[in-house]
Amino acid sequence: MPHPLAASSSEEAASELTPSPDLLLPRSFADKDLSLPNGTPVDTSSPASSSSLLNRLQLDDDLDGETRDLFVTVDDPKKHICTMETYITYRVTTKTTRAEFDLPEYSVRRRYQDFDWLRNKLEESQPTHLIPPLPEKFVMKGVVDRFSEEFVETRRKALDKFLKRIADHPVLSFNEHFNVFLTAKDLNVYKKQGMALLSKMGESVKYVTGAYKLRSRPLEFAAIGDYLDTFVLKLGTIDRIAQRIIKEELEYLLELREYGPVYSTWGGLEMELAEPLEGVSACIGNCCTALEELSDDMTEDFLPVLREYILYSESMKNVLKKRDQVQAEYEAKLEAVALKKEDRPKLCLLFRRGMALPEVSNSSIILTVTSLEEAGRCEPPKIEVYLLEETKMSRLVGTVFLFWCPEYCTLEWSWLILRTFRWALQKCPVFG
Amino acid sequence: MERPEAEPLGASHSCQTGEAEPGTGPAEEEPGGAAAGTMMEDCLSKKIEITVSEAEKRTGRNAMNMQETYTAYLIETRAVESQTEGQCSPPDSLWRRYSEFELLRNYLLVNYPHIVVPPLPEKRAEFVWHKLSADNMDPDFVERRRIGLENFLIRVASHPIICQDKIFYSFLTQEGGWKEMVNETGFQLKADSRLKALNATFRVKNPDKRFTELKHYSDELQSVISHLLRVRARVADRLYGVYKVHGNYGRVFSEWSAIEKEMGDGLQSAGHHMDVYAGSIDDILEEEEHYADQLKEYLFYAEALRAVCRKHELMQYDLEIAAQDLASKKQQCEELATGTLRTFSLKGMTSKLFGQETPEQREGKIKVLEEQIHEGEEQLKSKNVESREFVKSAWTDIERFKEQKNHDLKEALISYAVMQISMCKKGIQVWTNAKECFSKM
Repeated sequence: MPHPLAASSSEEAASELTPSPDLLLPRSFADKDLSLPNGTPVDTSSPASSSSLLNRLQLDDDLDGETRDLFVTVDDPKKHICTMETYITYRVTTKTTRAEFDLPEYSVRRRYQDFDWLRNKLEESQPTHLIPPLPEKFVMKGVVDRFSEEFVETRRKALDKFLKRIADHPVLSFNEHFNVFLTAKDLNVYKKQGMALLSKMGESVKYVTGAYKLRSRPLEFAAIGDYLDTFVLKLGTIDRIAQRIIKEELEYLLELREYGPVYSTWGGLEMELAEPLEGVSACIGNCCTALEELSDDMTEDFLPVLREYILYSESMKNVLKKRDQVQAEYEAKLEAVALKKEDRPKLCLLFRRGMALPEVSNSSIILTVTSLEEAGRCEPPKIEVYLLEETKMSRLVGTVFLFWCPEYCTLEWSWLILRTFRWALQKCPVFG
Repeated sequence: MERPEAEPLGASHSCQTGEAEPGTGPAEEEPGGAAAGTMMEDCLSKKIEITVSEAEKRTGRNAMNMQETYTAYLIETRAVESQTEGQCSPPDSLWRRYSEFELLRNYLLVNYPHIVVPPLPEKRAEFVWHKLSADNMDPDFVERRRIGLENFLIRVASHPIICQDKIFYSFLTQEGGWKEMVNETGFQLKADSRLKALNATFRVKNPDKRFTELKHYSDELQSVISHLLRVRARVADRLYGVYKVHGNYGRVFSEWSAIEKEMGDGLQSAGHHMDVYAGSIDDILEEEEHYADQLKEYLFYAEALRAVCRKHELMQYDLEIAAQDLASKKQQCEELATGTLRTFSLKGMTSKLFGQETPEQREGKIKVLEEQIHEGEEQLKSKNVESREFVKSAWTDIERFKEQKNHDLKEALISYAVMQISMCKKGIQVWTNAKECFSKM
């Protein structure tokens, strides 16, 4: 008899409701879309959460060195050529004083895919956190040589930054997957473990990526969303401008390189003017070198920061998307509730909070029914069974959670309550 | 047998080209140079102040009665004395157009072949970077040409020799009838048409090394400056691009600032600084255009220098032809006198065929030849003198020109460097301001 009520013992229900750190637990009620996804405290309208989201972004860089107890570096890229593929691995070195780590120092080799795995894991297990971005995976083939020193170095820097950001993160750095990533000799074992679940997740992610129409997105999140859109747009423009400037500067450099020697040619013709002209030529030469350094610095130091933040906003967008998804599910539920509401005015009248059951004439047992209007917001409706003792002290003997499901509307409520009552009597030795 | 003197004039000096040793102070200069120095004292530019103060677009009818538009320039002259005395007399002013400047310069070129005549500014804008219009009615171009023309007049007026020219003086002072006056001098007749035939080369047997070198130098100078100007225009183009692209930052920053709370103000003002940075390039390039104009003047000076060389070449050529002519006549005379035939000539053949000439005939011929030889010698002598004079005065002026050129170009380079420094300083200022904005965020 797979009745929802029967299935839900109070302990089980309670554990379901506590935010679990891992989302990978099978969701027993997920199929019946009445329950909220576990582990996501419903904080739709809490302004604190949105601002902390922003704060966290800024906090990343503000952590001072003294509080750090986890140091990660990425260096020493190596090229591996196999029969099937050619790839680069990077050495990931960890130094830490944290108790979570068995050794104070680790050194492992990881390739881009592993970083990608880590990021996916983090995203799955910490859906409410902003996961730092990875450098772009896809480079246009032919345009960029994936194995060129320059490209590898740029990527190494970005990966280094990625791990450092996680290591400095107050929450993400304690993630078990991160620990595994830093310490495991062979990551493939862990990778395979997650495979089955991963594919499942993939589906659900695919399912939610469809655009939903949210009835009303809370203002803060709408603001953040708009902010991100503009932010990405602006950063993208700045990135393009910076690239354009570099391009222009390179062309300028080309011309300047030609310009200098003309002066020395002229200097060769002159007697008295030879020296000043040579001077001009040398000076232009210096300018060339300086300009070259400038554009190099810009390429190496400025552009990666821009790119990182563009990608950062992408991950922030993902978090928002997940939130939207949660909200969408929630709204769907609300809608269903609203539909049912019309059917149940009587019930609402009957089971007001604290109303004694008509069957219990001596009123020694009171069922507290959270009215549907109240329950609809964030919790499943529940019935609390109190035992009224002679001392007039009421004692909570059990809670029955009602999970909203379509079948509810056809249920006979009196029967339901009878069942509950019986169960309550069984539980209660006084009445036994 | 006296060989006619046809050695390159001034060849003896060729080894001591004056400008070679930078140590040669003005005291050791040739007397011509010193004379020029003293003449500088009373040249026209000391007595009157010349400005080209205005340019005006006009429409008129030309000789063909066709509608044409041209630009007229207002020349103002003011006596320096009256100014020092404090009673500022209103300046004399008159309008001239570019073609009249050209006429003046042509006149000077013909009448002073040994002078490196200052060049006019370009008729049409050359070596410009894309933003500048090549239209010769463009206000910027007209303005630059006005400065160029003023510079031309001042250069002529401060030249020790040509400043004393009457035609030049009346160019400055007499508005009507000047053209007729110039044409009356008949300078066009004096102009050697051979000079205009640019491609004709005269094979000079004994070229003056100094002038050959000078000619070579002016060719090189011309090519190097024109190359320089071309590259500079491209450099300016690119620089313009670099600066203007920074302007986009200005726009993006201010748009971005709208969505940021803490960073908003900083971004906004940083964007403003970027706008300033992008805008500053216009001024910079305008200033640089002035530098380019200075170089251009010397580009055209190279042409003037070449003209002097060419005239010298031509003179040397005439001299050599005359000497050759004289030599052959002397030979003929000798042959007739001795009766021997040095070469198997047609004359020899005819005399063999038709019998010997009578002694009377021969005497007559010898007489005529001797007369011609005498004439030729005179001519050669005068040509030699003329040529020597030319070399002397031309070299004096070339020395003067070299000095002027070194001085001017040094100045130009210095101001160019100063300009670049100030440009960089401005850039640094802007970036420092921007940095402050960023660090306040």
